[in-house]
Amino acid sequence: MVISLKNIFNDAGNVTQFTARFFKEVLKPPYEIKEFIRQCYVIGYRSLPLVGITGFIMGLVLTLQSRPTLAEFGAESWLPGMVALSLIREIAPVITALICAGKISSGIGAELGSMKVTEQIDAMEVSAIDPYKYLVITRILATTLMVPLLVVFADGVGVLGGYAGININSDVNLLNYFSKVLESLDFIDIIPATIKTFFFGFFIGMIGCYKGYTAASGTESVGKAANSAVVAASLTIFVIDMLAVQLTDIFF
Amino acid sequence: MIEQSINKEPIIATDNNGIVIDIRGLYKSFGAHNDVLKGVNITVNKGENLVVLGKSGSGKSVTIKCVVGLVAADKGEIKVFGTDITELDDKQLNAIRIRIGFLFQNAALYDSMTVRQNLAFPLKRHSKSLSPKQEEDAIKEALDNVGLAEAIDKMPAELSGGMRKRIGLARTLILKPEIILYDEPTTGLDTITSREISELILAIQKKNKTSSIIITHDMACAKLTADRIVILKDGIIEAEGSYEELEKSDNDWVRSFFI
Repeated sequence: MVISLKNIFNDAGNVTQFTARFFKEVLKPPYEIKEFIRQCYVIGYRSLPLVGITGFIMGLVLTLQSRPTLAEFGAESWLPGMVALSLIREIAPVITALICAGKISSGIGAELGSMKVTEQIDAMEVSAIDPYKYLVITRILATTLMVPLLVVFADGVGVLGGYAGININSDVNLLNYFSKVLESLDFIDIIPATIKTFFFGFFIGMIGCYKGYTAASGTESVGKAANSAVVAASLTIFVIDMLAVQLTDIFF
Repeated sequence: MIEQSINKEPIIATDNNGIVIDIRGLYKSFGAHNDVLKGVNITVNKGENLVVLGKSGSGKSVTIKCVVGLVAADKGEIKVFGTDITELDDKQLNAIRIRIGFLFQNAALYDSMTVRQNLAFPLKRHSKSLSPKQEEDAIKEALDNVGLAEAIDKMPAELSGGMRKRIGLARTLILKPEIILYDEPTTGLDTITSREISELILAIQKKNKTSSIIITHDMACAKLTADRIVILKDGIIEAEGSYEELEKSDNDWVRSFFI
C-alpha cells in the first residue's frame, strides 16, 4: 500500500517534470521545423481516412437512432440541427480524440519506447543532439495542432453522414439540410468545443511521449508503453471533457 | 575541410600529459543493494586502444556510459581532455560529446532513416556551413572507411548485423571524433565478421589517430586491438597490463579469460 502510494507520487512528480520541461524548452532554439512538419503529416494527414470513416458513421448512426424518437413527437424537422449540435459540441471531439488516443498516443508510445530500448535515444544524446527537443516537442506540438483539425474534419464528415442518414428514409435537399444545420448552430457551440480539442491534442501527445520516453529496458516495456499510453490518454480525455463542459456551463 | 566545418567549441581545459580520459574513484549504484562500480580508476592515453574485459554485469558498459554522461556518476572524477565532465552543464557536456564517438552494442541506427540520413543527421546539426556536396562527400567518405558505400540508400532493417555495426561506426566517424568508445563491437557476429570489425577498429586508430575504450568479451578482438587491457571484477579493476602480460598472470581468474 505504502509502496504503491509512493509510486503514484513518483509518477505524478515525473509527469509534472516532463510537462514542465516542454514549456521550458518549446520556445528555445534550435527549432526542429522539418521534424515538426513530418509529424504533422504522420499524425494529421495519415489519420484522415480513419477519422473520416468514423465521423461519417457517427453522423449516420446518430441520425438513424434519433429519428424514431423525434418522429413520435412530430419533430423530424429538428433532426439536422440536433445531429449537428450533438456532433459538434460533444460526440465528434470526444470520439475523434479517443480514436487519436488509440492510434497516435499508442503509436508515439511504441515508437519512442522502441527507440529507448534499442538505445537510439541514447545515440542522439551522445551525438550532442537533444532527443527531447527532436522527438518530444515536435510530436506534442503536432498533436496539439492536428487533433483540433481532425475534429473539424470529423464534424464536417459527420454532418454529411447525418444527411445520408436522413435520406435513407426521406428525400431532403442538400441545401435545405445545410441551412437547417447552420440555423441551429451558434459560435458558442463551436468555440468551447474547439478549444477543448487543443487540450485533447496536447495530452494525447504528452502522454504518448512520456510513456515511450520513460519506458524501461526490454522489449516487453514497448508494449507496456503503448498500452498504458492509450489507457491514460483515454481517461485524460474524459476528465478534460468533464471539466470543459462544467467550464462551458459557467462561462458561456 | 569537413573537420573545420564541425562546430566544435573550444573546451575548457586540454589534455594533461597525453592522457585523454582519466577516471578516478568512480562509483555508481542502481538502487540500494546494487553497487555496480566501486571506485574504478582508468586512464586512456592519446592514440591508445584500451580494452576493458570482465564478466557480464561487472560494470564495463556503465563505465563508458559515465564517460559520455549518459549515466551520472555517484562519486568520482571523470576527466575528458582534462575537463571533469561530472561538473559540466548540458551545453558544456555537449561540446565534449562532439569530440567523442560512441558505438552502441546494437549500433542504435535510427530505424526510420536511411543509411544516408543516419549519417547526415549528426553532421547537419554540428556542421551547418557544409554545402550539400560537401555533406555528400563526407557521408561517402565515412561509408568508404567501413567498406559499405553501396548501402547508402538502404534502411537499417535491410542490413545484416555486421553491416549495421559498420554503419554505426561510419556514423560515429562522421564527426571526426578524437575518442571512440566501443560497447561490445563484435557481440553477436560470426568469427569472420568479428575479425573484420576488429581490423576496422585498428585501421581507424591508425588512420585517425583516435584514442579508444573497447568493451568486449571477444578475446580475438582484444588481442588484435588492445594496446593495454584492464579487467573489471565486481566493480573494481582486478588486473591491468598488455595482452601478453595478462595471459601469463599469476591470478587464475585473470588467466581464465585467455584460455
